[in-house]
Amino acid sequence: MHPALQGLVTIAIGVGGCMGYFYLSNFLLDRFLLPARALTAAEAATRRRLGTIFLLGVPGLLLAALYLAFFLPRGIFNVTGLFWMAVTALLIYGLWRLRDYVFANGELTAGRNISHANMIRPWLFLLPAIIALGLYLTYPVFETLRLSLTERVPGGGSRWVGLANYIQMADEPKFWEAMRNNMVWLVVVPAMSTLFGLLVAQLTDRIAWGSIAKMLIFMPMAISFVGASVIWKLVYDARPVDLDQIGIMNAIWVAVGGDPQQWLTLPFWNNFFLMAVLIWIQTGFAMVILSAALRGIPEETIEAAIVDGAGPFQVFFKIMVPQIMPTIVVVWTTITLVVLKVFDIVFAMTNGQWGTQVLANYMYDKLFRANDWGVGSASAMVIMLLVTPILVWNVRNARKEMR
Amino acid sequence: MAGLKLTDIAKSYGEVEVLKNINLDVSAGELIVFVGPSGCGKSTLLRMIAGLEKITGGTLEIDGLVVNDVPPAQRGIAMVFQSYALYPHMTVRDNMAFALKLAKKSKSEIEAAVKKAADILQLAPYLDRLPKALSGGQRQRVAIGRCIVRDPKVFLFDEPLSNLDAALRVATRLEIAQLKESMPDRTMIYVTHDQVEAMTLASRIVVLANKGISQVGTPLELYEKPQNEFVATFIGSPAMNLFTGEIAGTGQQTSIKLDGGGFLASAYPTNHDDMGMKVKVGIRPEDFMPTEDPGTGFSGTVDVQENLGEVTLLFFVPVTPGAEPVIAKLPGIHLGMKGKKVNLTAKPEKVHVFSNGLSLLYR
Ligand SMILES: Nc1ncnc2c1ncn2[C@@H]1O[C@H](COP(=O)(O)OP(=O)(O)OP(=O)(O)O)[C@@H](O)[C@H]1O
Ligand SMILES: [Mg+2]
Repeated sequence: MHPALQGLVTIAIGVGGCMGYFYLSNFLLDRFLLPARALTAAEAATRRRLGTIFLLGVPGLLLAALYLAFFLPRGIFNVTGLFWMAVTALLIYGLWRLRDYVFANGELTAGRNISHANMIRPWLFLLPAIIALGLYLTYPVFETLRLSLTERVPGGGSRWVGLANYIQMADEPKFWEAMRNNMVWLVVVPAMSTLFGLLVAQLTDRIAWGSIAKMLIFMPMAISFVGASVIWKLVYDARPVDLDQIGIMNAIWVAVGGDPQQWLTLPFWNNFFLMAVLIWIQTGFAMVILSAALRGIPEETIEAAIVDGAGPFQVFFKIMVPQIMPTIVVVWTTITLVVLKVFDIVFAMTNGQWGTQVLANYMYDKLFRANDWGVGSASAMVIMLLVTPILVWNVRNARKEMR
Repeated sequence: MAGLKLTDIAKSYGEVEVLKNINLDVSAGELIVFVGPSGCGKSTLLRMIAGLEKITGGTLEIDGLVVNDVPPAQRGIAMVFQSYALYPHMTVRDNMAFALKLAKKSKSEIEAAVKKAADILQLAPYLDRLPKALSGGQRQRVAIGRCIVRDPKVFLFDEPLSNLDAALRVATRLEIAQLKESMPDRTMIYVTHDQVEAMTLASRIVVLANKGISQVGTPLELYEKPQNEFVATFIGSPAMNLFTGEIAGTGQQTSIKLDGGGFLASAYPTNHDDMGMKVKVGIRPEDFMPTEDPGTGFSGTVDVQENLGEVTLLFFVPVTPGAEPVIAKLPGIHLGMKGKKVNLTAKPEKVHVFSNGLSLLYR
């Protein structure tokens, strides 16, 4: 099949599936489980009996089959078996409570049925998303935590080692180099991106070719990190002295009388050359958001400030910036999250050599090159621990904004 | 003190001419109100005085100094904006102190000025609140307070009450009147849509229309002796009735033969060259009075009656062919007028006469 056709079919299946799920959930809820009419006591009792079979019997049979096929042959009285038993028990308890919530005893009014159906409806709609997120997000977190506490046994299987992976990691200078670099990234990139974004947003606001300038500055957002790295590798490219320099950095450097430099190998400073790539990309993002925020400032407050005697800088720093402070914070933290996860740029440009290692690349090194899942997972946990507080804060801020 | 002199002020946005030939002399301590239809350039003129809009022609003098190119902060003016324009991230106190801080006034001086303004405007309890925690009326007072602390020579108001509800508008209007009284030597320029605001506050009203000034005068001058048809119909509500006719008798009093039939006497003097001149006759709805004599006014059947309590509005078309509809306003309550025949006339001194849109009084 032609790829475009495949794409269309995928869209059709996806959208159709969503609509079908929506329709089916409503059908199940409004026709079947909680019809929008009054029920007599006798009717309710019959429904309760049928409902018990439906809600407990069907999953019960499935679970029994699963147990027979998977768990019994491996024994159920070990850690995994007990864990799954607990999960099963919880599931059955939940279904039992659900049955009581849906199928009550005695006479039922239409209003009760409708309100109960409306309580269940959002959860029913959310169910696929919750399952998918649980499977691809929540479960991996716990699995990574578990892996970070175990070690691979030669010949297959794993062994519990406690915090040994973390201790080993803490002894590695490469890890601390990655931590240090990440911290520098964390300070420099969000600050610079936000600052440049704000400057560009303000400076391009009133000029005729402002929107073209904005478009150009936004363009890097559309380039993948790896693509951007390739471009910037050319910027930093170095040729022997007797050849023409094709990298613009060296071209300028040689023109002002320097010797060609391998920029990406200069210790410490090479970090900043890498950061420049991310700043280049993120400035566009900051600019777009901040420019919208600047537009939202009431013109009259600026005029009032002018009448009050404020000069252009005072208007900008005392009137405009404070009014968009919440947006600046959101932009800043969003870029911070990107920075904490930065991997592609370092991977593609230096692969962490010459003192440019960062946490995500360190993790990749351990996990996929050294095949050491323990230390790899441990570094993944460190990244997560660093990201979480900022994420929580960011979400809180965003919520406050919405109110 | 701070007079204001506008000479041949003009404003255009590129090709578009918005205002031209604005000449106005404001003496210190006056409260001038700009009124006019929407889009006639009231805000533009005010913003030119404030320095927020470039003056494209003519000169503007404040206190005898040409200030065309003086930045707003140095013109000695302060402005209250329609949307209040409070700084949302500053407390009421900081909002009021901002200009003084920029002017590098001492801490104690700032505090004293803010306290004084807060006392005048009863804002003392709210000094540490953010604007979003204030009601519309309180915000408006903060905006006024922000002007007061700077002790400007000229206050500029751009429709300051239009975002308030009716009751609050009346209260705030009174406060502004009191404020003016407490600062007799300060000049105020006030833009509004609201006729009542204009009539009650103004020492003089400037009616703007057609890119220029239509008439300048005290509220009662404008009401009693409108210079032209525009001012005549713009001031007063419901608007003045206009009828076409021609002059049939001249002298100290003028007799006009209405196209709709009948004769009217006006106290506007004319000379006999005016005989036969096509004119328009204006009568305010409230100047009508019932009469027994059917030859001297407008008779017709009431189509619609509106009872407002204090007054009753009557809408009718006179019986004579080709006559224009009439709105009359009778004091008090008159029930059951609908469908009845009425006969109305007006005193000669209440009958205005215009020719080519201009009043015959001002020839
Ligand atoms: N930037 C501009 N470019 C072109 N024309 C403009 C501009 N700003 C205002 N105008 C025009 O100038 C005229 C006067 O505007 P202004 O805001 O002074 O009216 P206004 O009398 O205050 O009206 P309102 O009572 O509705 O506030 C309007 O016709 C408007 O279209
Ligand atoms: Mg206006």
